Amino acid sequence: MGDLDYVYAVARIRVKEKSLLSDMDISQMAGMNDAKGVLGYLEDRGWGDANSNGDPEAVLAAEERKTMELVRELKVDPSVFALLKYPNLYHNLKAGIKEVCVSEENPGAFYPDEKYDRGEMIRILKERDFKALPEHMRAVAERALAVMLETRDGQKCDVLVDRACLDAMIAGGKKQKNALLRDYVESTVAVTNIKVAVRALRTGKNMGFLKEALSPCRTLDVRLLAVAASESEESLLNYLETHGFREGAEALKESPSAFERWCDNRLIETIRPQKVNSVSMGPIIAYYLARQNEIKTVRIILTAKANGFSEEATRERVREMYV
Amino acid sequence: MNSGMVFAILGAALSTALAGIGSAWGVGIAGQAAAGVVSEDPDQFAKVLLLQLLPGTQGIYGLLVTFITLSRIGVLGGTPITDVHTGLMYLFACLPIAIVGLVSAYHQGRTSVSCIGLVAKKPDQFGKAMLFPAMVETYAILSLLVSILAITNIKVG
Repeated sequence: MGDLDYVYAVARIRVKEKSLLSDMDISQMAGMNDAKGVLGYLEDRGWGDANSNGDPEAVLAAEERKTMELVRELKVDPSVFALLKYPNLYHNLKAGIKEVCVSEENPGAFYPDEKYDRGEMIRILKERDFKALPEHMRAVAERALAVMLETRDGQKCDVLVDRACLDAMIAGGKKQKNALLRDYVESTVAVTNIKVAVRALRTGKNMGFLKEALSPCRTLDVRLLAVAASESEESLLNYLETHGFREGAEALKESPSAFERWCDNRLIETIRPQKVNSVSMGPIIAYYLARQNEIKTVRIILTAKANGFSEEATRERVREMYV
Repeated sequence: MNSGMVFAILGAALSTALAGIGSAWGVGIAGQAAAGVVSEDPDQFAKVLLLQLLPGTQGIYGLLVTFITLSRIGVLGGTPITDVHTGLMYLFACLPIAIVGLVSAYHQGRTSVSCIGLVAKKPDQFGKAMLFPAMVETYAILSLLVSILAITNIKVG
């Protein structure tokens, strides 16, 4: 489909964008006393459905469903959303491997997926039917399962799968014609590499671990990042400041949650130009990602309220909104 | 039929054909955007309909020039053309609205699509949204004037 074939879909998205939560809505919810108040606010904005019954998870699941239904109606190339769902898909693989190896059921650890949900993932792993997985997952699924069975080292298994996920995203992004999608994938991989480097530094991982975990991408020199992360926090901050991630370095100095927030905000910055794009599938992808960000932020607020976090602590964790 | 008459009728045909193609494209693409908005917010029907119609005027201008031409060259009235020179003059007189009509309707259609998006997000900005595609109309009107002035000032015979 050409860019002009998305005119109808983009016009629908423009109307839908009016119902996205703004920074003001988020601020208002963050200032509420409890999760019940937040849920009430969301229900007034049309969140949830007839079956939600005030259950936070049901409300969020209903919103996920609504987003996917809309995206399906707009007939966007399915490979686009498949690519955006790679992190969920690989997460399900990790959860599946752990469940198969530990023999302990944990249904809550899986993302809902039309094809590779908990049942299918467990079946594939138990029957070693790796051909049933998408091609980009087959090799890593086999290897990660073998490593987990042999070593019972969950972290090693996670590193393998996470790295494969990043590599698959970069490869998938290169095949896409849409510039936003390519930029978003690049941004996601770069930010994830930084996250990995920060965690490795804080847990005292060595250079070998970093080499295995970091995925090469266009905007980051992962070799230099690995060197910086294996030296000291100062070196890592210096690397970030001098390689276009000054705000990330500032957030890192502030607190871990401020850094996590910066990571998500940076991704939202990547999609923001789509607000003024009238054609192409860019605004549809941006809307989908904005909804994911919105749902994630609401989940953070609900969790913070349910656990009695202060208003200040809640505000520190909330993300910037698309609108 | 002599060659002069052929050229004159070619000009008349191009006026409607090219300007009409541009308008059909512009109204069509704006219609897709309008349908997208109305499917989510039916209250915006009247506003987006007006924006959809804006690129349709070029087709009407082309039709007008065709009628004026045909009524002067002996088809719907006037004096039949007997020489090639006069026929070519009619052909060139029709070209401004034919060409500018095609191009301006295309661009007006795209501008309308953007403005329909604007109305979708901010319905209260409809007045401003109308102005942007209306700016493109200026050039269609200028070419219409040039075509009409040229056609009506050609001396036949």
